Amino acid sequence: MTTSAKKPLSMQLTSMLLSVWNLIKRIPPVYPVFVVIMIGVSQLNPNFATANGILLFLRRSSPLAILAMGQMFVLATGGFDLSQGSLVTLTVIGSSLIIYNNESAGYTAILIMLGIGIIVGLVNGFVVSFLKVPSLIATLGMLLLIKGGGLYWTGGAPKGYLTENWRFFGRGYIENIPVIGRFPSAVIILLIVGVIMSILFYKTNLGKQILAIGDNARASQLSGIKVKRVRMVAFLISSILAVVAGVLIGGYGGTSIVAGDGLEMQSVSAAVIGGALLLGGRGSLIGAVFGALTLEAIFSLLNLLGLPKPFRDAVQGLIIIGAVAYASITSRRRD
Amino acid sequence: MTTGTISAKNLKQAVQAIHIPPVYYFLVIITLVGITLDQLFAKGNILSNPVIMTNILVRSVALGIVAVGQSFVMIGAAIDLSVAFTISLTAVLASQLMQGDPARVPMAILIVFGIGIVIGVANGLIVTKLNVNPFIATLGTGLIIKGILNGTFANYKGSVPKSFQSFGYDSLGPIPISILVLLVVVIIGWFILSRTKFGAHLYGVGGSREIGRLSGLRTARIVTGAFIISSLTAVLSGLFIVSRLGSGAPWVGPDGVYDLESIAATVIGGTALAGGRGGVFGTLAGVLMFGVIDTVFNQLGVDTYLKTVLRGAIIILAVASYSIRSGREAA
Repeated sequence: MTTSAKKPLSMQLTSMLLSVWNLIKRIPPVYPVFVVIMIGVSQLNPNFATANGILLFLRRSSPLAILAMGQMFVLATGGFDLSQGSLVTLTVIGSSLIIYNNESAGYTAILIMLGIGIIVGLVNGFVVSFLKVPSLIATLGMLLLIKGGGLYWTGGAPKGYLTENWRFFGRGYIENIPVIGRFPSAVIILLIVGVIMSILFYKTNLGKQILAIGDNARASQLSGIKVKRVRMVAFLISSILAVVAGVLIGGYGGTSIVAGDGLEMQSVSAAVIGGALLLGGRGSLIGAVFGALTLEAIFSLLNLLGLPKPFRDAVQGLIIIGAVAYASITSRRRD
Repeated sequence: MTTGTISAKNLKQAVQAIHIPPVYYFLVIITLVGITLDQLFAKGNILSNPVIMTNILVRSVALGIVAVGQSFVMIGAAIDLSVAFTISLTAVLASQLMQGDPARVPMAILIVFGIGIVIGVANGLIVTKLNVNPFIATLGTGLIIKGILNGTFANYKGSVPKSFQSFGYDSLGPIPISILVLLVVVIIGWFILSRTKFGAHLYGVGGSREIGRLSGLRTARIVTGAFIISSLTAVLSGLFIVSRLGSGAPWVGPDGVYDLESIAATVIGGTALAGGRGGVFGTLAGVLMFGVIDTVFNQLGVDTYLKTVLRGAIIILAVASYSIRSGREAA
C-alpha cells in the first residue's frame, strides 16, 4: 500500500521538477548569472548592496549598457558595428576641442557631436546597404576614418578640457530626492535611452522588421520590408547611442585619446551574453542591458578579488565563449 | 587560332583563362598612381631607389604571412580574431625562451609552433563542437591569450640571438630571406588550396557547412584544420617580427592590428566573408596594396593621422568596387 502510494507521488515530483527545469531552461542565462555575480560582489563589499552602491554601479555601467543597446540593433539585422569605440573617443576629444575652456559651448558641443554621429551612422548604413560592403569591413574602415580623423583634428593629443556643464551628464547628480538623497544623472540618461529604445524595438514595426531582416533578408524584402532603409536606421541608432555613451564616458572619466578603445568588442560581448545572435535574427534589448551589467559586475568582482587588471580580459574571453556555447547548446535542443 | 594575331578579344580571353583576381588591377592602378604622385610631388624615389621597392615587400611580410592563414579560415566561412595575440605570444615567448643563446633556437621554435597548434585546435573545437560563432570564439580566445600575456609579461623580455635575426635582415643574393619566406608560404598556401583534397573540401565546407556535412565531409576536422593553419602562420609572423625587433613585447601584435588588417587584406583580395570563394594570391595582392599605399604616403610626407583616414577610405572603396555589383544584400 505505502509503496503504491509513494510511487505516483515520486513520479508527480519528478514531473513537477521536470516542468520546473523546463521553465528554468527558458530563462535566458544572463539573468541568473547576473544575480549570482551580484550576490558575490555584495558579499565581498557590503556597500554594494545599499541603494547608493547600486546606483553607483549603474552609473558606471550605463555607457556600456547604452552601447550594447545600439550594438544589439545592428547585430539583430545580421551586421556588426566596429566603429562605436572610435566614435566614443571622437565625442570626448572633439567636444573638449569645441568647448576649448568656454563653458557656454558645452551644449553646442554635444549637438555637434550628435550631428557627427548621425552622419557616421548614415554613412555606415549607406556603405553596407547600397555599396553592399559587409558591415565588418565597412565599420572597420569607418573606425580607421574616425580614429585618424579625430587625431588629425586634435593634433594627436586632447586639447582643452571638458567643462562642468558638459560633464554633468556623466558624473553629476540630481540633488534633494526623497529617500535616496541624490540620483546620478547618467542613470537617468540610461533610463530615458532604455525607454525610447524599448518602444522602438518592442512596440513598433521597426523592431520586428530588424529581426526579420536578420533572419532572412531576401524573404523580408519579398514581403515588402524596405531592407536598405531598416539597416540604415539600425546603424544610425548605434552611432547616435555611441555619441551618447561618449558624453557619459567623457563626463565620468575626462578627456583621453583612448577613452573608447576596445568598447566595440565589449558591446558586442554584452549584446551576445544578453542573447543576441551573431548574423542576426535574434536579439533582446533588456538582455543586452543585462549583458552589459553582467560584464561590469564581473569586472567589479575581479577587482574586489584583487586579480590584476589584465586577467579581466581572460575572464571576459572565457565568459563570452561560455555564454554563447550555452546558448547554442540549449537552442539546438529546443529545435 | 593562328599565332601572331593579337587582338583585344584574344587578350581578354587569355586574361580570363589565367584567372587573375581583380585586386591585381587595383594593385597596378594604385602603384601607377602612387609613382606618378611621387614623381610630381616628392623626390621620385620610389622609381629611382630600389631599396624602397624592397622595403615595400619587407614591410608586407608580417601581414602577408598571417593573411595567408586568415584566407584559409575565411574560405572556410569562419574568421580568426585571435591572430594578433598569437603573434604577441610568439614574439614574447620566443625571445624569453631563446635568451640570446643560438643553441636554444630550435627548442624555442618547436615550442611556439606547438602552442600555435594548441591555439588552432582550441579555436577549431570551440567553433565546431561548442557551436560558437567564430567571431565570438576567436575574440574570446584572443582575450584569454591577451589576459595571460599582459598578466605575466610587462615589457620586452629576453632577446633573440644574432643568428636568428638573419631571418629578418639577411638576404640570399639580392632578395631578402623574409620575402622568400613570404613567397614560400603563399605558394604552399596556393598548393594546399588548389591541389589537395583538404583544399577542395575547405571550399566545399565554406560554401555550405550543411551541404558539406551531408556529402560526407568531416566538416569539424576541416574547419579545425583551417584554424590550425591560421595559428601556425600567426606564429611564423610572430617569429619574423621578433627577429626584426630583437626582443618581443606583449603589444607587438595588437599594435600592428594584424587581426583586422589581415581580414581586410583577405577581403580586398577577393575572398568572400561568407566563405567558399577566394585564394591566397588575391590576399597577397591585398597585402601588397597596403604596402604600396604606406610607402607612397611616406614618400609624400602625408600626416600619420591622415594616413589612417585614407587607409580606411581605401579599404571601404576597394571592397565596395566589386561588392556593389553583387546582387546579394550585404549584412
